[in-house]
Amino acid sequence: MAAVVMRLPVVRKAVGPSGPRGGEKHLVVPGDTITTDTGYMRGHGTYVVEEKLVASVAGAVERVNKLVCVTPLKTRYNGEVGDIVVGRITEVQQKRWKVETNSRLDSVLLLSSMNLPGGELRRRSAEDELAMRDYLQEGDLISAEVQSVFSDGAVSLHTRSLKYGKLGQGVLVQVSPSLVKRQKTHFHDLPCGASVILGNNGFIWIYPTPEQKDEEAGGFTTNLEPVPLSDREVISRLRNCIVALVTQKLMLFDTSILYCYEASLPHQIKDILKPEVMEEIVLETRQKLLDLEG
Amino acid sequence: MASVVLSDAEKLYIIHGVQEDLRVDGRGCEDYRCAEVETDVVSNTSGSARVKLGHTDVLVGVKAEMGTPKLEKPDEGYLEFFVDCSANATPEFEGRGAEELGTEIASTLYRVFSSEGTLDLKSLCINPREHCWVLYVDVLLLECGGNLFDTISIAVKAALFNTRIPKVRVMEGEEGSKEIELSDDPYDCIRLNVDDVPCIVTLSKIGYRHVVDATLQEEACSLASLLVAITSKGALTCMKKIGKGSLDPESIFEMMETGKKVGKSLHTSLQKVLDEEESLGTTRQKVGFLG
Repeated sequence: MAAVVMRLPVVRKAVGPSGPRGGEKHLVVPGDTITTDTGYMRGHGTYVVEEKLVASVAGAVERVNKLVCVTPLKTRYNGEVGDIVVGRITEVQQKRWKVETNSRLDSVLLLSSMNLPGGELRRRSAEDELAMRDYLQEGDLISAEVQSVFSDGAVSLHTRSLKYGKLGQGVLVQVSPSLVKRQKTHFHDLPCGASVILGNNGFIWIYPTPEQKDEEAGGFTTNLEPVPLSDREVISRLRNCIVALVTQKLMLFDTSILYCYEASLPHQIKDILKPEVMEEIVLETRQKLLDLEG
Repeated sequence: MASVVLSDAEKLYIIHGVQEDLRVDGRGCEDYRCAEVETDVVSNTSGSARVKLGHTDVLVGVKAEMGTPKLEKPDEGYLEFFVDCSANATPEFEGRGAEELGTEIASTLYRVFSSEGTLDLKSLCINPREHCWVLYVDVLLLECGGNLFDTISIAVKAALFNTRIPKVRVMEGEEGSKEIELSDDPYDCIRLNVDDVPCIVTLSKIGYRHVVDATLQEEACSLASLLVAITSKGALTCMKKIGKGSLDPESIFEMMETGKKVGKSLHTSLQKVLDEEESLGTTRQKVGFLG
């Protein structure tokens, strides 16, 4: 039964009251004066013009003692050491791969930073270099950790752990990096039946929970069996919930995604993306999160 | 066409999902994404429409100008299509990158509208062999999120519905010269009858099944697609195959049947929205681009 829904556009409005706790956030746009007090040190997103501290990006002002910086609301990913990222291979070069991670420059994954299958530890030889394409090709998705940041801002990744590596079947959702909350762990096995990797760079990977934890998998063997329908429904629902949260600019972390999933259960999966259903679900999620804190 | 790169495992996931009639965003194989239609968004055109289908955003403007009729059809007006793919959609469209795509879409639109009975072109004639209305339909692609042809055809139909052509009268002047007089009332205009204007339905073949309204990721998994132009009565006016893969003649027949079914419901939804917008009249809150 074909379903075609068309509607007139409505002006989007923010869901619920913004800034429920901690008072009003000081929002600025590029060119706004933050302060004329010269006692402050300038941080990221600011510059000094004639003794005035002026914002260079659009975002919220953050003050830590004497340091003033502006964190932008929508930005490319800026790498920090220790972040978990999900990236897509764009190029295979000599002894390294170029990975796209939604940052200003392509990230780099050196051959020496990659685990060899079987967990061997040895110097990478010329045969390894020639066999690079067998490990990772253009278009493949990987999960990795940031090892270091070069002076120009480019990020160097490593997959030196069994939990990182090539990703198999699943769904990728791209969001703004500022909406992913920093947490202790970014790999979550949600109780609803799917697993999720919340990359700090805004790439969210949703995949079916693997049955048994493979000891050997550095992630090179991808499981190509068809995913059962029940898992697919959970993954599609999670994907739509994440898109709903992002449209209403809520922070993404495992609790918010789970609450949103539970709030969306009464609706059909494809209805979640309708504007009125999205608002209702996100309002309920926001309420539950406030109750959790209060 | 703007395309995304996907890993083999992601493509496999999508193909298996389509097989089980559950796509990545929860839709069935014959469901469209939620569409937003708004007309009369550009003030200096005779008619305009903007359609947002998921991440695909298309703006169409129609300008009516006086011209001479074509030699082979002296008592009819005609339409001219021009498609501009803005560099806003993807960086690939910068400069001359989108010329090929633009000409492909424009030639498809010419084909769809060339069949008899889509529009009453005789009503566009002012003076046989001398003056007629030429409708310049300009399509602007603002964002590319898969399924361009369908969105453009919906927007063209909505823009033609919204087009208001001023009424002119031809009078005999001195020495037999003809003078054209424009009516003083700015609201005195003729509207076009768009009941028989077809809409394009793109059916993409993914695995063993076909889907309607493919996203960019699904288009990357499909090797061949069938474009069918369906009128509101379910009649098929034009068919085109795109893509580098091949289609089995039996599956073409199945896709045509699906296309007719989906096309009919597409027309009913679109007409409902256009009538609703018309009935709101001046009380309608204009959203435009800053909503």
